[in-house]
Amino acid sequence: MTANSQSPAPLRRSIRRRRVRDRLIEALLLAAGLVAVFTTLAIVWILVVEALPFFEHVPLRDFLTDTMWTPLFAEPRYGILPLVAGTLVTTFVALAVAIPAGTTIAIYLSEFASHRLRETVKPALEMLGAVPTIVYGYFALVMVTPFLQKLIPGLPGFNMLSAGLVIGVMIVPYVASVSEDAMRAVPNYMREGSYAMGATRLQTAMRVVMPGALSGIAAAYILGISRAVGETMVVAVAAGLQPNLTWNPTESAATITAFIVQVSLGDLPHDSIGYQSIFAAGLVLLIVTLAFNIAGFALTRRFREAY
Amino acid sequence: MATVAQDPALQAIRAGVGRRKLFDAIFVIIGLLVMIAALAVLCVLFLDLVVQGAPRLNWDFLTSYASRKAENAGILAAWVGTSLIMVVTACVAMPVGVAAAVYLEEYAPKNWFTAIIEINVTNLAGVPSIIYGLLALGLFVYKFNLGQSIAAAGLTLALLILPIVIVATREAVRAVPRAIREAAYALGATRWEVTAHHVLPYSMGGVLTGMIIGLSRAIGETAPIITIGALSFIAFLPSPPVTAEFPFLSFAWLKDAFTAMPIQMFNWVSRPDPAFRVNAAAAGATLLGMTLLMNGIAIWLRFRFRKRINW
Repeated sequence: MTANSQSPAPLRRSIRRRRVRDRLIEALLLAAGLVAVFTTLAIVWILVVEALPFFEHVPLRDFLTDTMWTPLFAEPRYGILPLVAGTLVTTFVALAVAIPAGTTIAIYLSEFASHRLRETVKPALEMLGAVPTIVYGYFALVMVTPFLQKLIPGLPGFNMLSAGLVIGVMIVPYVASVSEDAMRAVPNYMREGSYAMGATRLQTAMRVVMPGALSGIAAAYILGISRAVGETMVVAVAAGLQPNLTWNPTESAATITAFIVQVSLGDLPHDSIGYQSIFAAGLVLLIVTLAFNIAGFALTRRFREAY
Repeated sequence: MATVAQDPALQAIRAGVGRRKLFDAIFVIIGLLVMIAALAVLCVLFLDLVVQGAPRLNWDFLTSYASRKAENAGILAAWVGTSLIMVVTACVAMPVGVAAAVYLEEYAPKNWFTAIIEINVTNLAGVPSIIYGLLALGLFVYKFNLGQSIAAAGLTLALLILPIVIVATREAVRAVPRAIREAAYALGATRWEVTAHHVLPYSMGGVLTGMIIGLSRAIGETAPIITIGALSFIAFLPSPPVTAEFPFLSFAWLKDAFTAMPIQMFNWVSRPDPAFRVNAAAAGATLLGMTLLMNGIAIWLRFRFRKRINW
């Protein structure tokens, strides 16, 4: 007993030391977690602070209603509409590719493919999603546009159609994988019930699985839209850099993102209106993608809770 | 029997079943075709880049600077710049990302404060990369006075891939069974000892996979680096990280101007001269090769770790 009576003191000291160390480490880990919060705050703060001088110079009304965007010209006009139109057109073209293709692949992988095929195809699709966007830009400009020019005579070398199609291919893996996850979350007994009633696989997929996974599939589409809206290099390379208020995808037009790239390529002084205009454009882009992201995440949360 | 087979109602049902089976078969074919088409794009893309870029894909291309003459131009400054940026990105994103993930999985209480952090992580994953570029331009380049430097680019890309690293690490940490943690706690380990001695070593495979996927994304990111203002014509290398004198390591390169692989490729693609398109293809083939290789390693690692671990 006397031999042991000495040990509690150092033991207690060691326990206390380890507790203190644990506290310190927990604080460090929390600080790392807060980096995410600070990044979001910093994004909003920087965009607002740098865009404020722009809006002191340009009335919000002009910004939202003027039909010309020429901030770098001698007689500048500051209407965001042409850039928004360019962004919307490329996004629509992209969705026209990505939604049918992505949904078909998701249904096939989730309801028809064997386990082995699924395990082989999913990593391959992942690779398709990992291709650098600048490589997709090259693909659009050098391969897709000449091909489209054979089909549509008179198509300009820079056009939104080719850029949109390639963005569509780019987000197919994304749409497919999120929708597939949603479909796989539909419990098997629902499929079995449907098969027991004599339904085929396709009927089960269309009338049982798809409605069951609807909010998840919608989330996949919305997150795909947000990607297409924010895509930069493909449009900067292949769709042209001239702002152009048009709804025709075979024309050349700049998007919000392409404009930011165009201005960044030049060397604008820090306090010029051109420099401030990219933050105003960025703010619009952030608000649009943020709205889509929030809608998408709200929907994913719902489908997770459904079963 | 014959009368039953000729029953019109039965025949109608049989026809309906036949038609529905046909639809099933047609869908299988369509599904396979769409999938093959998507994967064919990947193959065509890579093969075309290699074929178009073949005349320039040689040793000189890797060891020459950019040049006004297409046939003399190379990607030396670009790949050195990209490698150094990746070093900064990895050194920042790995510790911060893993620490944040460990906090969220092992430490965080379930309350509104944790929810805010989690919402921020998911939200950041959906912010377009060019917005990160604007953040970097306003914050790193002008407010922190880092200038158009390797450090600014590395930090930007680190923020960009942080959500990827956090999500991958959380998944890996979550896969470690409770029993292991409880056994360690029962022996008197503190929370950090449980994490550092048990949970993290067992989830290292998943953490590495996430890190590689994050870096493979960062390596191809063009937009944020353009926004910072990387120069596309650079005919010098950053100062060397290793020096002859004590202390043998130099960090002067962090403040140097730079160019990167995707920037160089963008510069060549946007020139009207078709000779530069060949260079762009060669640079694209190199870049795509690097990305696919990194992704391949990540997929292989994931497969291996999944196979080996039997709790």
